[in-house]
Amino acid sequence: MSSLLKLSQVEAYIQQFHILHDINFEVPKGEVTVLLGRNGAGKTTTLRTIMGLNPVSKGSVVFKNEDISNLKPHLIANKGIGYVPEDQGIFGDLTVGENLRVAMKREDQETTERLDWILDLFPDLKKFWKKPGGQLSGGQKQMLAIARAYVNENDLLLIDEPSKGLAPIVVEKVMETILQMKEKTTILLVEQNFLMASKIGDRFYIIDDGQTVHNGLMGELKQDKALMKKYLGVS
Amino acid sequence: MIGVILKSMTKSNLIYLGVSAILLILPFILTGRSVQFMITQIFIFAIFAMSYDLLLGYTGIISFGHAMFFGIGAYTTAIFMDRFDASFGALLIAILVAVLFAAIVSFIVGILTLRLKSHFYAMLTLAFAGLFLVAAEKWRTLTKGNDGFTFKVPEFLRDSTTIYIVSLICLVLIFFGLRRMTQSPFGRVLVAIRENEERTVSLGFKVLHYKVMVSVVSGVVASFAGVLYMLSLRFVNTSVFHTDVTIDVLLMTIIGGVGTLVGPILGAALIELAHHWISGLANVHWIFERWIILYGTVYILVVIFFPLGIVGTIRSKLSGGSMQKMLSKKKAG
Repeated sequence: MSSLLKLSQVEAYIQQFHILHDINFEVPKGEVTVLLGRNGAGKTTTLRTIMGLNPVSKGSVVFKNEDISNLKPHLIANKGIGYVPEDQGIFGDLTVGENLRVAMKREDQETTERLDWILDLFPDLKKFWKKPGGQLSGGQKQMLAIARAYVNENDLLLIDEPSKGLAPIVVEKVMETILQMKEKTTILLVEQNFLMASKIGDRFYIIDDGQTVHNGLMGELKQDKALMKKYLGVS
Repeated sequence: MIGVILKSMTKSNLIYLGVSAILLILPFILTGRSVQFMITQIFIFAIFAMSYDLLLGYTGIISFGHAMFFGIGAYTTAIFMDRFDASFGALLIAILVAVLFAAIVSFIVGILTLRLKSHFYAMLTLAFAGLFLVAAEKWRTLTKGNDGFTFKVPEFLRDSTTIYIVSLICLVLIFFGLRRMTQSPFGRVLVAIRENEERTVSLGFKVLHYKVMVSVVSGVVASFAGVLYMLSLRFVNTSVFHTDVTIDVLLMTIIGGVGTLVGPILGAALIELAHHWISGLANVHWIFERWIILYGTVYILVVIFFPLGIVGTIRSKLSGGSMQKMLSKKKAG
């Protein structure tokens, strides 16, 4: 198992608050790794820390064998990490097309093929190509956010709670898409919806109070009812 | 050939060119010098307001000292014309120096403050503008202080119709140039920065570079407006550095509609016409002499009832009021 991303003893603060105490995990290439945990456990902060949006105060973040701890966020992004934040971060005044084009680092054949592929999965984006991003529904915004992160040839995608606030039918669509994207790229997913996480994920890490407390294969977690109840509140 | 060019143009570009053509023949129909002078001032302030729109409307950067760049353009050229002969060559060199000086100042202010939150930029531009005002007042050997000075301009620019046409051509060229810039990938990044800076960084853009670049472009355009202003008056004094000038340009941009480029042109026309009209009413009531009170009231009303400005509101109505909803959401957030 070659690991694409490795976090070792990572600690991070948000202002004076010590949020991440001891985060350790690896993301193997070609798999979907899921970060699980209750609200406020530190999952989103972990993704933001990987992206450089929160500084690493201790420990290291290694991506493709290079220490990227405390690099500037734009440099981290340019090393091949795509990020879909929890709030989607759609540019409301830009059209769907402009939202996608602003993210494209190149406009070559390969990028166009990737764009066509993702647009085939999300035909709504094609339909509303000239509509401002701010006018899309919650589900369409999520699709756009995922498409925008996928359109470049990133080695790793960080996706934060893609099912949050979406109707079940839209969640189903997003899940199907991530399953298809899994064939093409490595994904680190934060997800509260355990059903979705268990269908997509290959392995999991549980974060509790800013620490990774448990990990294993997703299949094992489904069998361990006590663990799920203790850390995830799922019975 | 012309047919092919016209066919390749968008509808809006054709409208803008049509309006420009009408404005071009206007001085040959309207012969009154005061009307011609007022329209020339509108063109000049429209250029100045567009430069402000680049910052505020497209990138979300607030400047409280934008008059500084206007003043730099006006004073640098005026001093050159005063010290050297009033030839076309000297004028070109003067413009080049003015624009370069404005670019250097905006680069320094930008690099110092734009990595921080935008209010630091606002405060530093205010401080710098104050500094330039004091320097212009105190360095009397160079600037002749508050009294200002007159100077000669090249022969062909002494005709008010020529100044009108030169200002109009500059306005049209700068408008289409800035429009092209804002519609380019660079412009899309500026809007992305305004909308969500953190997200733009996460997409791999070095935001500071873009902010500094737009600050320099804005400073250069503002200084060019200052150059034209000085040429139209053939006189300069410290009033070009006053905060009132920044307030005027802020009003022009907000009333016209931020992030539209056309809006600030419309705003400049409205504010200049209001200036002219209110000044004429000074004998009727003392309140009309205190036009800043009236402007303040208009500003409050616009912010409350037309936060998108004239052009923004029209565009919002045409696109089903979505921008209004977005603005409400932004305010709530």
